[in-house]
Amino acid sequence: DEVLTIETSVPFTSHKCEPPSRSVQTTPKELMGFFQDMALMRRMEIAADSLYKAKLIRGFCHLYDGQEAVAVGMEAAITRKDCIITAYRDHCIYLGRGGTLVESFAELMGRTGGCSKGKGGSMHFYKKENGFYGGHGIVGAQIPLGCGLAFGQKYTKDETVTFTLYGDGAANQGQLFEALNIAALWDLPAILVCENNHYGMGTAEWRAAKSPAYYKRGDYVPGLKVDGMDVLAVKQACLFAKEHALKNGPIILEMDTYRYHGHSMSDPGSTYRTRDEISGVRQERDPLERVRKLILGNDIATVAELKDIEKQAKKEVDEAIAKAKESPMPDPSGLFSDVYVKGYGTEAFGADRKEVKSVLP
Amino acid sequence: KEMTVREALNSALDEEMSADPKVFLMGEEVGEYQGAYKISKGLLEKYGPERVLDTPITEAGFTGIGIGAAYYGLRPVVEFMTFNFSMQAIDHIINSAAKSNYMSAGQLSVPMVFRGPNGAAAGVGAQHSQCYASWYASCPGLKVLSPYSSEDARGLLKAAIRDPDPVVFLENELLYGESFPVSAEALDSSFTLPIGKAKIEREGKHVTITAFSKMVGYALKAADILSKEGISAEVINLRSIRPLDRNTINASVRKTNRLVTVEEGFPQHGVGAEICTSVIEESFEYLDAPVERIAGADVPMPYAANLERMAVPQIEDIVRAAKRACYRSVPMAAAA
Repeated sequence: DEVLTIETSVPFTSHKCEPPSRSVQTTPKELMGFFQDMALMRRMEIAADSLYKAKLIRGFCHLYDGQEAVAVGMEAAITRKDCIITAYRDHCIYLGRGGTLVESFAELMGRTGGCSKGKGGSMHFYKKENGFYGGHGIVGAQIPLGCGLAFGQKYTKDETVTFTLYGDGAANQGQLFEALNIAALWDLPAILVCENNHYGMGTAEWRAAKSPAYYKRGDYVPGLKVDGMDVLAVKQACLFAKEHALKNGPIILEMDTYRYHGHSMSDPGSTYRTRDEISGVRQERDPLERVRKLILGNDIATVAELKDIEKQAKKEVDEAIAKAKESPMPDPSGLFSDVYVKGYGTEAFGADRKEVKSVLP
Repeated sequence: KEMTVREALNSALDEEMSADPKVFLMGEEVGEYQGAYKISKGLLEKYGPERVLDTPITEAGFTGIGIGAAYYGLRPVVEFMTFNFSMQAIDHIINSAAKSNYMSAGQLSVPMVFRGPNGAAAGVGAQHSQCYASWYASCPGLKVLSPYSSEDARGLLKAAIRDPDPVVFLENELLYGESFPVSAEALDSSFTLPIGKAKIEREGKHVTITAFSKMVGYALKAADILSKEGISAEVINLRSIRPLDRNTINASVRKTNRLVTVEEGFPQHGVGAEICTSVIEESFEYLDAPVERIAGADVPMPYAANLERMAVPQIEDIVRAAKRACYRSVPMAAAA
């Protein structure tokens, strides 16, 4: 396969480190893969939006469309022995780690075929065998957890790293600084990835952060600001960060990105930002369109071929939804399963303990 | 042979670290300082700084890191200098540790121990004197153990470290220096105690007294006093607060027909409240008297010695309640 060298959209901005080169190596095959993966993620989230509106998905549902380049670029730089942990906007991270569409939709609809057998929901996807540790609902709590995964990697001398994702809202959490301090003291191979989509729910970053330069907020920890809408820049930054973390300990990557949807499904996403802002990002910075242009510009595929890929993605998503709908709701006995690994025969009770109880194995 | 609770905990940690290289200890002052209460004495020297880790004073940070390491498959023992400080990290204990196995349908187990002194110490005021047993025991996904004697401390801590689920292990500072006889069996490195099983510390016929941790000693002393007055009290050392050994408690009450629950924690929504409910649900028709509850006073812990004494259960409180349950005392005329 021919090697292409492509310049990132903007230079990296660095804090306490020499930034990597703007010239990123890729191949036609990789670019086609990026397009395919991002198209699938985009379609998946749009379908989740419809399912939610059709009341087939309950509760909270946070969509990732707009941010796909972060998940896809990161995967291009690492292996499944490396770990990823994120917050509740987790569907596409799960997909990137090798999760399936059927298990995703089944989980979203609370079916037994879901990746957490319907007991986790939108915010609690996991794929431990591929190094994906969730799917966490408490803003910022995943950051120490991710540093703990990195601790495990260092303890067992695995020569792998953990990518801990969090948003610009979580970037202000005190526990980030607690965990980063320890990670730096102990040289943990932890990469803190701030997915800066510029709004913590409905609060613009500048209203919540005295310094929104998140890549610099590790103070003594090096950082890199990355165009998170440019999948090649993300890949380059993650390659750089992994090498850095194995040698020197933690590093922060601030991914400048954008979510097209509101914070969650209850948020139309238009009260705290203008429609012009959203459409402006879509027109000028969309991660999928950027890759489309690269593919067309380098004569790797035709407009029609790319359209076919998108059609195929839609078909895969539709088929997965149909299949997920066939998956049954969990058996009532599932209420009491997996409370413990080892339940010692404890009795666990339902709402009316004389009516519903179970012995935990 | 006699052994202090401190030595029992130290030897349990030592043996489990020696048996399994995945076990490590982290917390404030556990290493170079040898432990704020010297529970980890000698472990840094023996196992090195990779396995005995001094943390900064940042409970949320290091507890989260411990849980992440458990996700990865290690077996962390996280020491809180006291459980009062675990409040800084309770989100991680509940949301990151207790619920992960369930939310992930068994993918993300959390084989770890949170341990440290719990309950009232002496003269340290409200923010350093509180029992968290009922707080943690109300949460499914956690196991909560509380040892009384040296044998308990060894057997339960070793069981907790080997257990595949998150265990909250509530020690008591005032017991660390107390000596108890230990059997040869309990000194064996293979010794563990079963999680979820209470121990009948003293058999009796007329009234059941449930207690855990330091209050077991008080209950035993109360039983001595009661026996002189012809009341035979059965003392149950709960050992495990979650799972709660409802069977042992109910079987005892069905025999004695009377129950006094004892705990240091606040009365409202306490361990005693749950035990009382269990007995009413399972053994109501066996009760010959209302269930009596002895608990900490319903106030933050005061500093002054006389007030502090009033705020925690005393032996005479247990004696009085047991007599009341046996209809052997005149009800108090009025509140003090």
